Formats: sequence, C-alpha cells, structure tokens
Amino acid sequence: MTHQTLRDWLLTDTPQSRRQASAAAWYAGWLKLKRNTLAMAGLIVLIALILGALCAPLLATQDPFVQDLGARLLAPGTDGHIFGTDSLGRDIWSRLIYGARISLYIVALVAVVAPLLGLIIGTVAGYAGGILDVVLMRFTDIFLAFPRLILALAFVAALGAGIENAVLAISLTAWPPYARIARAETLTIRNSDFIHAIKLQGAGPLRIITRHVWPLCISSLVIRVTLDMAGIILTAAGLGFLGLGAQPPSPEWGAMVSEGRKYILDYWWVATIPGLAIFTISLAFNLLGDGLRDVLDPREAGK
Amino acid sequence: MSAIDLSDLTVWFGHGAERSDAVKSASFSVDTGESFGLVGESGSGKSTVLRAISGLIDSWAGTMQLDGKPLGRRRERSFYKAVQMVFQDPYASLHPRHTVDRVLGEVLKLHGFSDIDARIDKLLDDVGLGKGFRFRYPHQLSGGQRQRVAIARALAPEPRIVLLDEPTSALDVSVQAEILNLLSDLRAERGLTYLMVSHDLGVIGHMCERIAVMQQGRIVELLDVAQMRKLSAEHPYTRHLLDSSVRAVRQA
Repeated sequence: MTHQTLRDWLLTDTPQSRRQASAAAWYAGWLKLKRNTLAMAGLIVLIALILGALCAPLLATQDPFVQDLGARLLAPGTDGHIFGTDSLGRDIWSRLIYGARISLYIVALVAVVAPLLGLIIGTVAGYAGGILDVVLMRFTDIFLAFPRLILALAFVAALGAGIENAVLAISLTAWPPYARIARAETLTIRNSDFIHAIKLQGAGPLRIITRHVWPLCISSLVIRVTLDMAGIILTAAGLGFLGLGAQPPSPEWGAMVSEGRKYILDYWWVATIPGLAIFTISLAFNLLGDGLRDVLDPREAGK
Repeated sequence: MSAIDLSDLTVWFGHGAERSDAVKSASFSVDTGESFGLVGESGSGKSTVLRAISGLIDSWAGTMQLDGKPLGRRRERSFYKAVQMVFQDPYASLHPRHTVDRVLGEVLKLHGFSDIDARIDKLLDDVGLGKGFRFRYPHQLSGGQRQRVAIARALAPEPRIVLLDEPTSALDVSVQAEILNLLSDLRAERGLTYLMVSHDLGVIGHMCERIAVMQQGRIVELLDVAQMRKLSAEHPYTRHLLDSSVRAVRQA
C-alpha cells in the first residue's frame, strides 16, 4: 500500500470496517494535533525523554552511582563530564539520564492510579446522585481541603519514605480534582437523549457508566492529567527534595536538586541542571496538554 | 384490544411546594396496530406522557397498561423489547463517540440476538441507509441520516409499539417528508403501533388515525382524522389549533 492510498484509507468518509473507523478517528485527531506547533514541540521532548530513559545505559557516559572523590564538583564540560559532577564526583549527565527513568515511573504510575480512582468515584457519584453522591463528594472535599504537598508528606510519613510510597501518596492526593471533573461531565451527560436511548434498551447502570459515560469523560481527564503531570513531577521532586521520596543514592531529580542546594553559591550546576530537567519536562507536558485540549475537547466532538 | 391504555395519569416534577404537574389525569388508549397522535403546544405535557410510558420518569400516578397488563415503577427488559422510542433531536440522541455499527450492535446484543452482523446490515437497509453507513460516526451523518439511525435503533429489538417524540421537528422540511414516509412504510411492513407526539397538525394528519389534543397538561379532546379534516372540533382550543394550522397552510 503506497503512502497516498493509506492516507485516503484513513481519511475516507465511508469506512468499511470497525478497525478502519477507529483508525480514521485517531488519524483525524493526530492531524489536528500536528497542526499545533507548540504541542508537537512538547510531544517531541517527551518522546526524546522516553527514548533517553529506555536507552539510558547507552547514553550515559558513566555509571551514575560510581563515586570519584578526586573529580568532585567539576564544572560542566571538563574531562568529558557534559554537565559536570556532583559533590561525590558522580557524572551529572549520567545521573540525569537514569533519573528520567524514575520520573517517568512516577508519572506513569500516578497517571494510571489517580485519574482511574477519580473517574470511578466521580462518575458513580454523578450518575447515581442522591445520598451516594453526597457521601462521595464530601469525601472528595475532605481530600481537597488539604494542601497537596502537605497531605502527601503526611502519607509518606505514615507509610515510610521511598519511591513507591511517594507514588501512592501523590496518587491519593491527586484524585479529587479528577473526581470533580468526572462528576461534572457525568451530570451533563446523564440527562442527554443518547443515555435515555440506551436506558430504553434495558441497559443497566454499570454498562451505561463504563460504556457510555466514561468515553466522554476520558478526554477531559486526559487533558487534565497531561496538564497535571508538571505538578505531579514537581510534587515528586518536592518529596525527593525533602528527603521523603526517592532515597539516596538513587538519581531522582528532586533529590539531586536537594543535594546540590548546599553548593549552590559556588557550584551552581549541581542544583541547576536537574532543576532545568524538571522545568523542561514540566513545560513539555503543559504544552502537550494544551494541544490535546484542542483535539479532545468533548464539546468539539460533534462538529 | 388496546396496546397502550392510560387512565388518570398524572406526572409531576419536583417535590412539595415546588411540585408542578406536567400531566393532569390524562386518559386515552391506543389500539393495537393504530397510529395515535398527541397534539399540543410546547409545554402542554405531550412529550412527558411518552417519557412516563417509557419509564424515563418515575414520578407518576394513575394506571398505565401495556396489552392489558399494568406497568409498575420499574420496566423489565421484556417491556423494552415490546416498546421503543424515537427521540426528537437526532443530534442529541446518538452517542458522539459511537459508530452506527456500535450503536446497533450494542442494542442487538442487549436483547440477546446472535446474528448481529446480518441484522445490522438488514436494519440499515430497512431504514434506507445501506451498508456504506455502518462504520460512520454521527458527525459524519446529516440530520436525516441520524434520525434514520435512531429509527433503526428503535426497530432493532423488533418492538410492536414505537413511541415517536416529534421525530421530524429538528429536521429540514424536505427531509421531514422522507422520514415520515419511511415511518409510514415501516408501520405498514411490520404492523407497528405508533404513539406519536407533535405540535404540527399537518404531520399528525398525515400519520395518525386518531388524535388527542393536550393543553396545559390536560387532554381536552379526542377526535379522529375525519373529524379533524372536517374541522368539526368541539373544544375551543382544538378549534383554535385547527384554524391556525389551516390558515398557515393557506398562507403558504
């Protein structure tokens, strides 16, 4: 199949199979996203980050854990250390590359756990209404009443420091906004005619929520998750910085900033380089989130 | 025998002091195989009657009978196999993220059919769309095509009774006629019973054998099409309705 006919196959108005219909829908979204230069920039940075994390052993010039006290606090560019070395003589570039794995691990886990929890709680509350709605939403309000980092700190303190507990704590503090969004979406969806129509076919609440309400909530959640990624990375970095997230010698970016803090006046790069890394991927997620909002906005879906 | 029999049906929204009765002790019956029209202006409660019958509203009192059996608060699946509904606005009644195939396939699966593929093709043929439309999304369809999909969905469980809630009012005039003809043909082919709501007396006159006129939640008059054509209505509101629609036709 040549390139031109594949494109035609994807852009047809009369798809011939289920597979073609869904491929065409994805392709139309991709074309829309591709027109947004900033979102594409964000996407490219994130893809580079993922590839970098996957190929860390190939890209890293040194072992991120090997200390060399004779070569401590070298400036960027000296002796083949692109970004210099930290207070224990470890190569910052290599630690950065391996640290990307940790950041992505946190982001991936939180991005699965928190929105799913929020989606389930929000749609059930919105669809069921009545006393269940009140109970679930007040429960959500309680979580929303705490500052996120403080609540995460409390969870980590209770569960013990470490990357898994940090993920759990961040997820537990991140779900309430998703529940709110999912509930608001559900309230507008549940009285629409297409929900009435499927009710008139005898469909039960479980089927209606998972097959009919979720697909329409997920797009706004995906947007919100992408925009929240920056915040999640910063919270993870914040926990790392406070010594409650990833534990040394693990090259988590927040922990690296924390270590570099002591030398920031004389050896700026030790804290600045991982700080810039956090900044870059937060920005990339925000740009991508903005672009996704244009593509996925449910209010655009019918047009 | 009557397919649908309503007596003293009252439907309300809200509780206590905020309660407002949308339908006040309405009684009428629709014979099996008949096409029955409910006419009235906006807010007269005609769509509310349909929603109460279909089980979408559960704040009602009185008795509703389907084929002589009284209906309770909750509808069973056998009810939905017998009674189906076509909604007013085809732009709102199809899930924006589901293809035609998925919409019809899900309905057929819910009703326990096994030869789903063949049935979907057959349904699309029956409503005049054809296989080419099977994998389209609603946004790739025109208003008339969407309403045909909605009709196909209502026909999928092979119901005996179809509730039509102003099925053409959201459509262009040229498309309205096509959809009305399709509905007439389908009724003739399948021996369906229609209960149709409309504010358009022309549509009702074309489709229905008997009509009930509603005003402010009450049924003010029952008459058949012959009486309607002769403009021999008794209630002043009905006469007013008939007059104004005749005048509209003359002016056009």
